Amino acid sequence: MSAAGEKTKLKNINVSVWRGDSAGGTFQNYAVPAQESQTILDVVAWIQQNQDPTLSYRYACRVGMCGSCAMMVNGQPRWTCRTHVQKVIKKNKLVIAPLRNLPVIKDLATNMDEFFDKWVRAEGVFHPTRTRDDEIEKINPETSKRARANAAIECINCAVCYASCDVVSSNKDYLGPAALNRAWSLVNDVRDGALDQRLDAVSKSGGCHNCHSQHGCVKFCPNELNPTAAIAGLKLETAKTMFRRRR
Amino acid sequence: MLDLRLYMAQRLTALIMVPLTFGHIAVMIYAIEGGLSAAEILSRTKGSLAWALFYGTFVVAVSIHGAIGLRVIMFETFDLKGRPLSIFSWAVFLSLLYLGARAVYAVTTT
Amino acid sequence: MNRHRTHTLWIAFILHRFSGVALVLFLPLHFYLLSMVLTDPETVDQLLHWTKHPLVKVAEFGLVFLLSVHIFGGLRLMALEFLPWASWQKTMAAFSVAVSFLISCTFYLSAV
Repeated sequence: MSAAGEKTKLKNINVSVWRGDSAGGTFQNYAVPAQESQTILDVVAWIQQNQDPTLSYRYACRVGMCGSCAMMVNGQPRWTCRTHVQKVIKKNKLVIAPLRNLPVIKDLATNMDEFFDKWVRAEGVFHPTRTRDDEIEKINPETSKRARANAAIECINCAVCYASCDVVSSNKDYLGPAALNRAWSLVNDVRDGALDQRLDAVSKSGGCHNCHSQHGCVKFCPNELNPTAAIAGLKLETAKTMFRRRR
Repeated sequence: MLDLRLYMAQRLTALIMVPLTFGHIAVMIYAIEGGLSAAEILSRTKGSLAWALFYGTFVVAVSIHGAIGLRVIMFETFDLKGRPLSIFSWAVFLSLLYLGARAVYAVTTT
Repeated sequence: MNRHRTHTLWIAFILHRFSGVALVLFLPLHFYLLSMVLTDPETVDQLLHWTKHPLVKVAEFGLVFLLSVHIFGGLRLMALEFLPWASWQKTMAAFSVAVSFLISCTFYLSAV
């Protein structure tokens, strides 16, 4: 039988969805009709629209730009709007849970406050060196510095990397791959004027030096960024400052 | 938990130990042929300043490196933090240093 | 094992951690035995006699493997951090296991 024929014969998918709040919860089972090109977000939306309107989850753009719909799918962090059921389903079963390493608000919606707070703590904020009265600075996209800044800049803040990282789960202070990746992008931005401040911010006790290069962030980043390499870049830059300041 | 200082100490001691470990592996492969004995070890190392420096450096580096490594694991896996964590790290460092120094002294002194 | 951990470089991480712990636990015994060369050489020779036992030789093979894989794993990490060679990490991880196996086999063959 052809693969397409098999697909149309599938009737229902067994879906386990985590239900609960910050106090705790359990998995609840649903039977969801299988469809062609169905995404995980489609499955969750179908449950909420057809079986239980109280199911809470978060999404906005549905096209992989906003970074709000990430969940754990069969134990792995995924952007659910761009993850096809066919790609991740195991034995006709899906287990859908809130993102790892973040406190749950309700069901599949997590509280992302600490994730965003850490962006600020990592000096992920742009510090301009010019005002609106100055001429716009010309940036040559060919320079290696700009190439590094560009490589790190495509992050959509979905926290998939944050959920995949074992250092985050064992160290509450650790800034995490996304915040450090953002810091690395700004370290390479020639228009930014807070280099020393930023290198200090990522050198504190929860900083870049805690990364064990497990590459979970690299494996799961839906935009195929390389936060481990960004963090390695920060490690080298901060190491250099140590020798610079000694002199 | 790991700041820049501890990170650098971990990497620098690692770099120091790279050539030392290759040397040590070579010595082991050479020395183990035909079995080991106290007399054989001593005949190679006794009174040698070079071996004393080689293994002395090794002991200092490995004490720092091992203490920081265990510190990370105690923090991440066993949730030890603050003062107890510092005491633990220093205790590992000093014990390794003491035992290692005694070993180097025993095999190189005349 | 949690499914977010089933990739090569996470396994390389756990191998690095496991070998590090094993080595640092072995070190005090190693140091203690060596320091007895001066105070109690007879006991040392009795203990070293055990190294002729095949099981001890296998354990030694394991120790040399762990030492070697910790070194090469560490060199891989420092290549990523200081050179920075971010792109060949999986190849380097496989290479460090292969070379460590080669080195510990060489050791084992000269031991038997």
